[in-house]
Amino acid sequence: MAVNALEVKDLSTSFRTDDGIVKAVSGVSFELAPGSTLGVVGESGSGKSVTFLTVMGLVDPRQATVSGSVLLQGEEMLGASQARMRQIRGRTIGMIFQDPMTSLNPVKTIGWQLQEAVLIHQDVSKKEARQQAIDILKEVEIPRADQRIDDYPHQFSGGMRQRVMIAMALINNPEILIADEPTTALDVTTQAQILRLMKKLQAEHETAIVMITHDLGVVAELADQVIVMYGGKVVEQAKVDDLFVKPEMPYTWGLLGSLPRLNATGARLDQIPGQPPSLLNPPSGCPFHPRCEFVMNICRTELPGLNASTVGDEHLFRCHLDEEARNRIWTQKKAALVSEDAA
Amino acid sequence: MTQFLIRRIFWAIFLFLVATIITYLIFWVIPSDPAALAAGKSATPADIARVSHFLHLDEPIWKQYLRFVWQLVRHGSLGESFVNRQPVRTIISKDAPVTASLVFGGAVLWLSLSIPVGILSALRPRSIMDRVTMTLVLIGISAHPVWIGLIFSYVFGYKLGLTPIAGYCNFFPGTVGAQCEGPVQWAYHLILPWCTFMILFAALYVRLIRANVMETMNEDYVRTARAKGASQQRVMIQHVLRNSMLPVVTILGMDLGLALGGAIFTEGIFNLPGLGREIVQAYNRADLPLITGIVVFSTIAVIVFNFIVDVTYGFLDPRIRPS
Repeated sequence: MAVNALEVKDLSTSFRTDDGIVKAVSGVSFELAPGSTLGVVGESGSGKSVTFLTVMGLVDPRQATVSGSVLLQGEEMLGASQARMRQIRGRTIGMIFQDPMTSLNPVKTIGWQLQEAVLIHQDVSKKEARQQAIDILKEVEIPRADQRIDDYPHQFSGGMRQRVMIAMALINNPEILIADEPTTALDVTTQAQILRLMKKLQAEHETAIVMITHDLGVVAELADQVIVMYGGKVVEQAKVDDLFVKPEMPYTWGLLGSLPRLNATGARLDQIPGQPPSLLNPPSGCPFHPRCEFVMNICRTELPGLNASTVGDEHLFRCHLDEEARNRIWTQKKAALVSEDAA
Repeated sequence: MTQFLIRRIFWAIFLFLVATIITYLIFWVIPSDPAALAAGKSATPADIARVSHFLHLDEPIWKQYLRFVWQLVRHGSLGESFVNRQPVRTIISKDAPVTASLVFGGAVLWLSLSIPVGILSALRPRSIMDRVTMTLVLIGISAHPVWIGLIFSYVFGYKLGLTPIAGYCNFFPGTVGAQCEGPVQWAYHLILPWCTFMILFAALYVRLIRANVMETMNEDYVRTARAKGASQQRVMIQHVLRNSMLPVVTILGMDLGLALGGAIFTEGIFNLPGLGREIVQAYNRADLPLITGIVVFSTIAVIVFNFIVDVTYGFLDPRIRPS
């Protein structure tokens, strides 16, 4: 098998703050095959963004302690020099962010910002860089790209700016694109366009994509593999089909239940009660136990290991419930979801 | 753009009227007898009455004000000093270069100190350097210019003899009866006043710049630049600096405009013949035309600098550039 585009093993990131140590990410492992898509799902504060900021080397080393291993095409990235990390960023890994309205420098033209990305990594003339910028703008379907290149970010709509961000992340043809909630700040029709565009570009450039999101719908649309994060830990990981066929973890059930469905007339959306856990004082045992409706005594003291599911290969989850209980509960939940859909 | 200019001009006229009317009202309210002051110590009541009539001080205040406006509009004249009958314009054009030398020289000093210090503090918040700087800033903000000026003048001028204690020299040679002249003497005599200004304003500006740079470094587009692989130097120069200087430009424009109206304390301490010292003397002698003239000059300075700020702002920030 070819070497993985990205392989993360037992990655932990914690931040020193005035109030104590915040364990933002603890013991996260996953693999990303070249050209494939990994969906990373979780609530705000589940550690999904920090995981990938760590991979990019964008956490402040004065505040953060990082351990584990990040293999980028087989090369260990943790402990790599700042100079090496700068070569990686924007060249091997491109990244796009949640809010396109604030992610572009307001006082520089988008052409300048695209060219900057080229000139940092390639030894080409300004003219050549400008041509590359125009080409990539055409690729992300910005109309009249050769004129709009001299416009400033405020002259673009949100969806257009996110296209510019994607263009900027892809301009050096990276192996990996990390997309941190790229559609969250956009309206629904624009979301669909951006997702379609990402799919198209992924096929053309053979880029591996990490799609960080809290939207399971986006995951179902794009991802091959999914990891579900909670309280800084991976609580379930699976191929996307297996996850939707049989999620094994109460938190994943909650996420599925809270998806809005068009034909569920008048029914209230299910919600997961309570708040995401404090990473400063994380709950003992399973991080989800204070909010779990099936909590048992063992959950309060012991963190469940990553168990293998009977459905699908490489389908792992953390839960103390036994096989029989999980089967029974999921069958009920599924029946409830389906009957709502039918109603 | 035309609309912008027209609005600006109307706004300027309005400000001019408000400022001068307030000056006249204050003058009318305070108990003073400018005619007696102008006539001299040994003047008889009949002399004072004659002087009062000659200076139009026997007219109602609104009539005096209208006369002032009419003279300005019709002849471009700000009138003549009650005390020595010199045209106010002559006095101001003699004093303004002194104040301008002080203010602009001081601004160059305080900016060239506070920009690097502010940026370094922002880059290493809570470091020893940052803490020392912030302590000095607190002292600078708390100290009064008179105190700073006197200490400087005593230590560097009197004790160490490194600088003149007070006084001013013209930049351009050729003034009749000048004791000293030329750029070197000019700068030499202004060192202490500049440093006084620098301490006062650098303290404020270090804080301002530090806060703005720190805020800008947390912006999403700075993270984007890092994600592109930009070096720290590139991130700071290309992405942080210009954005974090926007609020500084606004404050700088206001401060320069205000300071040009007279740096009263600093000019007083160092005996600089500028607008600040002039207006204090004018108040003491109840010299209404001179006071009004300096108020008009300050108003114009503030308006002009605000205009410059707006133009600079449009140049720095494309979002508010008039298209």
